[in-house]
Amino acid sequence: MKIQLRFFASVREKLGVSEETAELPSDVKTVGDVRTWLCARGGLWAEVLAEDRALRTAYQHVMCDAAEVVTEGSEVAFFPPVTGG
Amino acid sequence: MTVRVQTEDFDLSSEVAALRRSNPQIGAVVSFVGVVRDMNAGQQVNTMELEHYPVMTEKALEQIVRQAGQRWPLMDTLVIHRVGLLQPLDQIVLVAVASAHRGEAFAACEFIMDYLKTQAPFWKKEQTPDGARWVDAREADDHALTKWGIAKQNVAADFDLSEGVKP
Repeated sequence: MKIQLRFFASVREKLGVSEETAELPSDVKTVGDVRTWLCARGGLWAEVLAEDRALRTAYQHVMCDAAEVVTEGSEVAFFPPVTGG
Repeated sequence: MTVRVQTEDFDLSSEVAALRRSNPQIGAVVSFVGVVRDMNAGQQVNTMELEHYPVMTEKALEQIVRQAGQRWPLMDTLVIHRVGLLQPLDQIVLVAVASAHRGEAFAACEFIMDYLKTQAPFWKKEQTPDGARWVDAREADDHALTKWGIAKQNVAADFDLSEGVKP
């Protein structure tokens, strides 16, 4: 399954990537799985997306939690806590 | 309901005039303007860059305004949030709420700001004399939500969402 990944603010800056089209292995089914899968790349990925880091996630442009199921062609985003206003 | 994300500045008077134009049922308009300060966390701020997540930002703001509309009888609502490079004294955000009476307008305006602070995908980066830094989310902003009965966490966010922005 192919999905679009987006990264914002400090996450984008540290990874040096703002977006990527990813081909997910079949056992990666949720947003939490995607995060774990990206962490398995090691290096900066493991550091920036580490489970114990306070990150927020969005699925199809809506805030979501780790259990959100991803589908073909969808967009998943990772970013730090928001600071607008 | 109007939601705008823009780099340009806005004019409070003309925006409020447009909001209540030709609706004689409106008896109250409450507006809030957030501005860039030259100090934050004890350090001088030279400039501030605001990043956002296009498409999601507008969707989140509309959802926030809809939530306010479910809580109070509102006539109309306007949210303008600027992005890009800003200087101290610049306006960042405008929330204006029109209703029949002041009570709901005051409450809804504060609610929208509290909600926006923790649920809309904006991020501030400050340029200081010591270099650039991303602004940390504040516990106080999370706390502000609790007065509306929402136990949502932004600061310690990890996958901890309750009611609200999910459809």
